[in-house]
Parts: sequence; structure tokens; C-alpha cells
Amino acid sequence: MPILSLDPRVNRLQAEEVPAHQPPVLIPGDHWPSYQVFHQRRRGEKHSSVGIVHAPSLEIAMAMAKEQFARRGETSNLWVVCTADVLEMDYADEEVFRTTPSKSYRDPAGYKVNDKIEAYKARQSNL
Amino acid sequence: MYGGGYVPAGAEELKAPAENPELLAQFEERIARGEKIEPRDWMPAAYRKQLIRMIEQHAHSEIIGALPEGTWITRAPGFRRKLALMAKVQDEVGHAQLLYSAAETLGKSREDMLNDLINGKSKYSNVFNYPAETWADVAVIGFLIDAAAIVNQVANSKGSYGPYCRALERICYEESFHLKQGHSVFVWLATGTSMQREMLQSALNRWWEPIMHFFGPSDTMSQHTETLMRWKVKMASNDVMRQQFLNMYVPKIWELGLSLPDPALRKDESTGQWLFTEPNWDTFFQVINGNGPCNRERLAVRKVAEERGAWVRAALRRADARYATPLA
Repeated sequence: MPILSLDPRVNRLQAEEVPAHQPPVLIPGDHWPSYQVFHQRRRGEKHSSVGIVHAPSLEIAMAMAKEQFARRGETSNLWVVCTADVLEMDYADEEVFRTTPSKSYRDPAGYKVNDKIEAYKARQSNL
Repeated sequence: MYGGGYVPAGAEELKAPAENPELLAQFEERIARGEKIEPRDWMPAAYRKQLIRMIEQHAHSEIIGALPEGTWITRAPGFRRKLALMAKVQDEVGHAQLLYSAAETLGKSREDMLNDLINGKSKYSNVFNYPAETWADVAVIGFLIDAAAIVNQVANSKGSYGPYCRALERICYEESFHLKQGHSVFVWLATGTSMQREMLQSALNRWWEPIMHFFGPSDTMSQHTETLMRWKVKMASNDVMRQQFLNMYVPKIWELGLSLPDPALRKDESTGQWLFTEPNWDTFFQVINGNGPCNRERLAVRKVAEERGAWVRAALRRADARYATPLA
């Protein structure tokens, strides 16, 4: 007995009730690989990661990305990259960056010479 | 839109293997500091399991939620309403995609999640097991179910799992359009002809119990709930969210001269809490367990969609394609 619905479109499907022990309808890979999507809002701004889409190819990934991440608001450009092609750093390695903020020799703020200049000027005017 | 009324797994089902105490302490400290957990971080098995379960249910609610409203696209009263409803239903399916991706980062494939939806192993929000009988049902769903969903999703977007929070941020932004368009349809009917008002009133009467069910039964403050709250998986109790919803939206219904089918419903001004008649929780569990008016239809439609679309997906598939778990 097909499912009876208030919706005529559902009735036209002639869909049967899902049996009690339904075997898997999908097998691994059926929904294709995933692609990382990068979105640029306006020219001049940077692209940023907004999420993923599933697709069988780069071209279809791009079509999916337009639909998923650019259907409202502003968009000037999109990139898609196959997730399998991305090399990700391990979060456990985050520690190696912990001392970076304290490396003052890499910062403009690490170079303060005004006191030397002032002292020099003072010495000169005392001569 | 989403399903609250999320029923977490029982403590027994989540019983975790003994975790490494040092890693567990680091994990909990990170969350306590307000930092997010990212996909390939160490996490307790129970945290992963509970999150997969929750995000997956949320994703299912989005695609199943598209069905009752989608029914009315072909019969929407006017072109602008039709465009708006198509945009909204497309958003819901888009939300499912975002949420499935977030759940995928935890190691369950989209195929497995959809298989478990179809075979009934994993649940979705109970409200979508009810039919949208008239155009006024679209107003009630778009306004009130989406409003309830926003209360739930705003709370969850402050949770601890990075990918889920990022997906919810985008979703909440789009839901605000849903709420506005739902409210617009609602107000047009409420301020329209007497027939339109009657249609809206009877839709409200039909939907009130499912809406009261939406946030789920009162949480028992078990040790289990306490752990989920400490891990920022569960962000607010069902009762707190239900109160927040009633406080924001009951006045917006009453101001239009509409009534709600609960004579006990009122705000206690001394405590600021809303008083109401407990909805029938047996009905809630009956519907969860497959006996609602539309459970069979929803799953049958979902199964047919996957089965009859299989040849398209297969035709497009490339032999050299390899799957990688999404990064974020």
C-alpha cells in the first residue's frame, strides 16, 4: 500500500512505507567527496573559508558552492578546493607558536630608541 | 528551523571507557577557558558520541522540516509568497548540508547519517511529524516553530564544538529571515478576513501542543546532564528555553486578538515565570517512536528521494574520487 498524503505530489510518488529492518540505502562514496569553499565578499577583500560542499568534480563543487554560500548577500568570487588535497597542521602542534607573541625582536614595538635620542640631544646641548 | 526537544542518550548508552585523566583535565580546562574544540583535538568518547547524535538530529530536522512547508510551495497565495517560501525551504535544506558537514568532522559519514535517518535509528524533531493542513499552518510553522528554533540555536551556538558553532552562526542569520517572513504571513492572516482569522486560529490550536513539546520534557538534573552542561554540549535546560520562548512570543500572539488552547497559560508577574498546563508527554514519546500522523510519510519520501536519485549520483561519480573528512 503506497503512503497516502495530503500532498498530491507525495501521492504521485507511490512511495511505500519503510520496512522495519531497512538495509542501508546508501553505500560509502554515494554522496561524493567533499570540497572546502572559500568566499570573497567584495573585490579587494580576502577569500575566507566558509564551509564545505559534496560534489563529484570541481565544476559541480563550484555550482554547489554558488547555491550554498552565495544565495544572499554580496559575493564577488569563490574558490573550491578538494578536501583531500589540503594538508592540515596538527592542533597538538599549536604549542610551537606559543612563544611567538613574546619574540619582541620581530615586532616594530621591540625597537624603542627615543630615550637614546633624547639623551644624546641633551648631551649635545650641554656641550 | 530546528528541533529542539532533543532527547539525549541515556547515561548508560554514553558510558564512556575510562578516559586518560590528564587529557580529560586538559580538555575540560580548555572548555572552561571558553576555547573551542576543533575536529582533530582529543575529546572524550562520550563527548564525540553525544555531539554526533545531537548535530545529526539537528540536520535531519532541517531536511525533514522542509517537507511540511514544501507542500505549500505549489499553492502559495501569490508570487511573492511563493518566492519567499521557496527561498525558505531551500535554506532549510542548506542548513542540513551545513550541519551534516559539522557532524562529518566527528567521523560519521553523510551516507551513514542518512541511512540511520531512513531506518529510524536516529531521530529528528517531533514537530515535523505533523501535517501542514492549510496555508495558515505555514504561518504557524514559519513564525512560531522557527522562533522556537532560534531560541534553541542561539543557545547552542555558544557551545564548545567549533564546527557546530560556525554552522549555527550562519544558520541563525538565515533563520531571522524565516521568522520575519513567517510573522508577515501570520499577521496578514490575523488582520485579514474572518475566514482567514479562523483558519489561523484553528492552525494555532492544532500546533500548540507540538510547540509545547518542542523543547522536550523538563530535564532531570542528573549527573549526566551536569556533565553535558560542563562540556558545553547542552547550553540551557529545556525549561529555561521554553520559558524564554513563551515570554517572547505569547504576547505577540495575544496582541493580535488570537487565543491559545490552554486556559491556564499566564505569566506569574511575581516570579516572571509562565504557568501552563503540562502537554501530554505520552503523546510526545508516541510520536518520537514512530506513531505520529506523518512519521511514515516523511521517511518514505526521504527514502524514495535517495533511491530514485541514485542513478544521477552514480552517473556523475568518478572512479578516482577519494573521500576525506571535512576540515572544519
